[in-house]
Amino acid sequence: MTIQTPTTEPATAPAPVASRRRFRLSGERAMFAYTWLVIAWLVLPILLMIVFGFNNPHGRYNQTWQGFTLKWYREIFSISDLTSALVMSLVIAVVSALLAGALGTGIGYALGRYRFRGASAMNLVMFTTISSPELIMGISLLTLFVSAGAGLGAVTITIAHVMFSISFVSTVVRARVITLDRSIEEAAADLGANAWTTFWKITFPMILPAVFAGVLLAFALSIDDFVVTNFTAGTTVTFPLWIWGATRVGLPPQVNVMGTLIFAAGILIAVITNLRSRAKTRRD
Amino acid sequence: MNRVKRTLAPYLLVLPGGLWLLLFFVVPMVTMLSLSLQQGDIINGYRFTGHWQNYVDAITDYRVQMIRSLVYGLVTTVALIVMSFPIAYWIAFHGGKRKSTYLFLLLLPFFVSFVLRTISWRQILTDDGMLLHPLKEAGLVSSGFHILGTSYAVIFGLIYNFLPFMVLPIYVALERIDPRVVEAARDLYAAPMTAFRRVVFPLALPGVFAGVLMTFVPASSDYVNSAVLGSSETTMIGQVVQAQALANSNYPMASALSFFLMAVLLSGILLYARALGTEDVMNAAAR
Repeated sequence: MTIQTPTTEPATAPAPVASRRRFRLSGERAMFAYTWLVIAWLVLPILLMIVFGFNNPHGRYNQTWQGFTLKWYREIFSISDLTSALVMSLVIAVVSALLAGALGTGIGYALGRYRFRGASAMNLVMFTTISSPELIMGISLLTLFVSAGAGLGAVTITIAHVMFSISFVSTVVRARVITLDRSIEEAAADLGANAWTTFWKITFPMILPAVFAGVLLAFALSIDDFVVTNFTAGTTVTFPLWIWGATRVGLPPQVNVMGTLIFAAGILIAVITNLRSRAKTRRD
Repeated sequence: MNRVKRTLAPYLLVLPGGLWLLLFFVVPMVTMLSLSLQQGDIINGYRFTGHWQNYVDAITDYRVQMIRSLVYGLVTTVALIVMSFPIAYWIAFHGGKRKSTYLFLLLLPFFVSFVLRTISWRQILTDDGMLLHPLKEAGLVSSGFHILGTSYAVIFGLIYNFLPFMVLPIYVALERIDPRVVEAARDLYAAPMTAFRRVVFPLALPGVFAGVLMTFVPASSDYVNSAVLGSSETTMIGQVVQAQALANSNYPMASALSFFLMAVLLSGILLYARALGTEDVMNAAAR
């Protein structure tokens, strides 16, 4: 990533004194350079992760560059318990994203559309779940499961992931529902559609992008989660938990490869979603 | 009939998700509170004694880790405000058409697992790693110099992992500022710095508050950064809770520690909200 000088003049009104103008421009340039510097700093460890997926280390430690290879991409699934940890993470992420998507959409739609008793309590609970430390959520779920005598595993992890994802989904959906133009639904009703038809033919397609964004967010939160998972997993191992366990003995390059592929898939989905919504706003 | 349906509709929609949150968020919190007042162990069972011994033990035994975590959280949060403001300001006022691209770049780290990113820094900062090895070869730092295991490394990791959570809320607050308000201040002969101090900064405060809320609490209760980048001298309260719960199965102690931590963090946030002096700030954060 190179630092470029800005090509366009900033759209601020010209200051009366030339020297002051120059001073302001240099301030802007400094902020511009600083922003890029921070972005580079944020991306540095990710670049390193990607590069070391192509490294050919001789010992157990994948720390210094020793030559290019594609071996780890061919042998990506050669560590069976790492592979099953990744599969476990994916399954939990899909199931919990779909569940949280359904439950969160219900809450988000109700909060955005209706005034009802308990709405403010619901808002408060959502705000609290989003701002609670993961540590506290993890330990409280652990104490609940232990007191209830429930065995820890994939089910308890999924329960936990749905719990912390619901509020994110409903926040996204609520924001969309609030901005909906009610007159479109009223028009459908005027044309003789009943409430059920109006919802599925008119309202649902309009909130679908928000539901989709919420489900993606829930998926991303689930697949990356370490803290809450660590408390609710028992002996079950997910991708982040496997990495955590292997840290002391040195991470195999397969982890870099999997991390790279997850990163690439995430970027791809984000870019496609963004392009689609942009194309849509242009059409509208 | 139709009216009944309409009044019932929101409750039916909220019910499944609401029950889930009640069962797996509200109930566990209550269970934890009650467990923190119990005594016993996993084999003989717990009995509710209702006394505060767990809390007394938690505070006397782990005072050092508790204070250390709060200091780390505070330093991280202050550093984040200072570091994030120029970025958010520049993107909001000078980002032009590329605003969303810059935000996307800032969010790139979230596409890689939190644990993996932190481990990647450990690789960079390690004693013979790609940063220190060349410096030591060149004789710029002494061979005994190390970064890993120090407070600096842990705070560095915390800042790295939470930066986007501070930039985004400040950006959102700055983005909402009508540029005409700033122009008006300039027209009334405010110097650029004065316009910033008296107009832009106060309007950005709700964003700063939201940012503090999103970083101070998770940073103070974090245990991944200290475990990966720190040493026994940087042990944070999160590590203690984790060890008490997962290694020792001492759930009453872990619960007491968690509740005490949460109480301290919440009172810190409330004090801060009071210090800012506006209830709008609190409302803005809740919205």
